[in-house]
Amino acid sequence: MGMHVKKQKLVMVGNGMAGVRTLEELLKIAPDLYDITVFGAEPHPNYNRILLSPVLAGEQTLDEIILNSWDWYSDKHVTLHAGKKVVEVDRIKRVVRAVDPEGGVTEVAYDRLLMCTGSTPFILPVPGKDLKGVIAYRDIADTNEMIDTATKYKNAVVIGGGLLGLEAANGLMLRGMDVTVVHVQSTLMERQLDSVAGKLLQKSLEARGLKFLMGAQTQELTGNDEGRVKSIQFKDGTELATDLVVMAVGIRPNTQLAEAMRLHCNKGIVVSDTLQTITDARIYSVGECAAHRGIAYGLVAPLFEQAKVAANHLAQYGIGRYVGSLTSTKLKVTGIDLFSAGDFMGGEGAEEIVMSDPFGGVYKKLVIKDDKLIGACLYGDTVDGSYYFKLLRDGRSVVDIRDKLMFGESNIGDVGHEGHSKAASMPDSAEVCGCNGVNKGTICKAIKEKGLFTLDEVRKHTKASASCGSCTGLVEQILMATAGGDYSATPKLKAMCSCTDHGHQAVRDAIRDNKLLTISSVYKFMEWRTPNGCASCRPAVNYYVTSSWPKEARDDPQSRFINERSHANIQKDGTYSVIPRMWGGETTASELRRIADVVDKYKIPTVKVTGGQRIDLLGVKKEDLVNVWKDIGMPSGHAYAKALRTVKTCVGSEWCRMGTQDSTQMGKDLERAMWRMYGPHKVKFAVSGCPRNCAEAGIKDVGIIGVDSGWEMYIAGNGGIKTEVAHFFVKVKTPAEVLEYTGAFCELYRQEGWYLERTVHFVNRVGLDYVKKKILEDHEGRKALWERLQFALDGEPDPWFDFKEAEVDTRQFEKLPAL
Amino acid sequence: MSEWKKICLVTDIPVLGARRVARPQGIDVAVFRNDQDGVFALLDRCPHKGGPLSQGIVFGTSVACPLHNWTIGLADGCAKAPDEGCTPKFSVHVQAGVVHLDATELATLALDQRAVVAGPAGKEPVTAVTA
Repeated sequence: MGMHVKKQKLVMVGNGMAGVRTLEELLKIAPDLYDITVFGAEPHPNYNRILLSPVLAGEQTLDEIILNSWDWYSDKHVTLHAGKKVVEVDRIKRVVRAVDPEGGVTEVAYDRLLMCTGSTPFILPVPGKDLKGVIAYRDIADTNEMIDTATKYKNAVVIGGGLLGLEAANGLMLRGMDVTVVHVQSTLMERQLDSVAGKLLQKSLEARGLKFLMGAQTQELTGNDEGRVKSIQFKDGTELATDLVVMAVGIRPNTQLAEAMRLHCNKGIVVSDTLQTITDARIYSVGECAAHRGIAYGLVAPLFEQAKVAANHLAQYGIGRYVGSLTSTKLKVTGIDLFSAGDFMGGEGAEEIVMSDPFGGVYKKLVIKDDKLIGACLYGDTVDGSYYFKLLRDGRSVVDIRDKLMFGESNIGDVGHEGHSKAASMPDSAEVCGCNGVNKGTICKAIKEKGLFTLDEVRKHTKASASCGSCTGLVEQILMATAGGDYSATPKLKAMCSCTDHGHQAVRDAIRDNKLLTISSVYKFMEWRTPNGCASCRPAVNYYVTSSWPKEARDDPQSRFINERSHANIQKDGTYSVIPRMWGGETTASELRRIADVVDKYKIPTVKVTGGQRIDLLGVKKEDLVNVWKDIGMPSGHAYAKALRTVKTCVGSEWCRMGTQDSTQMGKDLERAMWRMYGPHKVKFAVSGCPRNCAEAGIKDVGIIGVDSGWEMYIAGNGGIKTEVAHFFVKVKTPAEVLEYTGAFCELYRQEGWYLERTVHFVNRVGLDYVKKKILEDHEGRKALWERLQFALDGEPDPWFDFKEAEVDTRQFEKLPAL
Repeated sequence: MSEWKKICLVTDIPVLGARRVARPQGIDVAVFRNDQDGVFALLDRCPHKGGPLSQGIVFGTSVACPLHNWTIGLADGCAKAPDEGCTPKFSVHVQAGVVHLDATELATLALDQRAVVAGPAGKEPVTAVTA
């Protein structure tokens, strides 16, 4: 006989997006823990409030914006009381009391209570505010009333020139009304746009037929004999006839019930990092009504982050904290692209970079303070919004990129989506993500059908922008146009993965400061949530311990990606490719003969010359790898590893009639000094013997160019997804200096880079000035870095031959027979 | 009655790793070992694009496919949501530190699944475009 365990009772007050999202997250991880009851004041299931504007504009129907149908509630055994308003909560007896429009009372007891009362529109306290035809713009009822009014009346006034007001005005206009927007400030959307962008917006909305009264203060609304509004009067004595007044002057956290319950409220219901109210630990609050560290968020992404944490806590996992979000606004008002984030108004001590093309309808303003980007306001072209937002969040110095900052990230070699920068103009069949072959239609469909709201969700479901990320801006635009509103809020600190809340820097610091030598000691010390991490964090932590503590920490092959575990590159059919090392790209007849013999002996189907001047043997069976390496008898090329790959060289002064330096020898010396050097990501060098630069040194992690009087060194170039030209770093005189400076830069990157961060991203993050300070200005520091690298590499094994020393588990090469 | 076929010792499989078991016919079977000495067996073929799961990183009771990083549950062979799809699983019997697989399953299960072909062998002949 099974014991009947009584389920706990969870009651949710409010049936909006943040609350229902919390339930969805909760049901995913603990489907049977609670009996769930939901009270919603509106007689509808949960719908996407952000999409009320497209409904008003006639672009979508109410059915299309329902997020959870009536069936969802019954399928999940969630009791929904729609249309019943909670009027009282007895925290002593733990009972919720609600009334319906007919006066019927429903009482439900709770063990845990979730307050998701959202926000309420602010109504101007002017005479006439209660007249018929005076409404707010917040829910389905308001929307329906506006649609209905537009069929019977002609004139409308919208009070408020913010996002909501403009959307309401636009919708009413599209429904055939003559609309005037009344705004108390002198420019529109002053909280999201500066005055220039605000005026550009006004101009383009006027061109579409909206009228504006700026700086107008409402005095009174007057009514006709039937009690319906007939005009609006302003403080300056003017008057405007109207049949409808929509108040869209702002929203406030709805804390009426919470205050009656004597929960502490201050700009919202005050909650802790676990989303529990600070007054009563049985009561949680998420969404627009909750004030977390003094902020009540009004954007979807932070609310969904809150939902995740609250659900986790309700499920008694007791892990995960909400630590706040940074938000940006990327708004779509009637087809006009706007983006703003941070402190875009500037002010004392701030500098502005402005690009203004009023005829082309493009305006961009970047605000910089103390060499950091602190705000951005974009109008007309917002594709770089996420790039600026990232700079803003990272807080890195922009001194070194100041001259090209305005042109954004997408101006240089942005490949994979045919150069598109405006998602709206792309057809459904156009490919957005060239890495994963995802077209616009697929993304739109997934967003609509699976109810996706955030970039992360779109990545998980469609893989769009999940690989190289160069189409992130486009995906965000599609998300905005399809799901409506905002999505680009991000946690202030990006966690390494879902196993932990710590970011890469914190993990690196802890390993260094506490001398953590093993992955398991890191997981224990930093309180990892999973016993042995995941495929994302384990290779990173393995790299961090081995690079921070060379000769002491032991490499763990089971925490390496397959290529580094088998020391060859896996191919799509599970065979491998083998690239032997050829110092500086030079080879001999005997090497080539051995390679040719191996190709015949092991029936290797493809032989290819690589971009890095090496020879690639493709289609080697795993069982053959050991013998192939042995027969070739050349060192590992590490073409499979996050390590120094190739040093590409030109012919140089030994042969070339133009050559000024012996670039081939320099390349060989660099390669011999630094091969077997693992890094956060792959590392490529090139050496050219003269400024004609035949070795293409300008797009390598370190590029060396010989000139008559010495060597020029360039760093942090990249020839991949985003072609990045390397920065000139220093000019030195001797090959010994080339080795020292290159080694020091590599060691700095090895010690401070984050896993999977190429040198271009590393230098972008820390700033070129920082690297210069560490290597060019600090002579002792440079020498120490170079020595440290030499110490780390001294005596390192060749994984193709020294299996034991290189921790190569040779069992992997044999199959077990099932006889 | 199923006949259990002896494959290897548990200790022949690396902790948080896998070995490949060759069959007379059909795609290999991957046998995994987690850090609790749990042993699992799946067809060595990711439901996504056929990647050899035996080559992936094992964590918890999952393996990450080495080709495109799908997470596959070791116990059921199914992809973690939102990805969809399952690879056939094989019964495992561990006795006194020896790993056994079911003889019938080895001989009959998932023989219809095809291995991925790469390189010149997998190429369609190029036909000239005629005007």
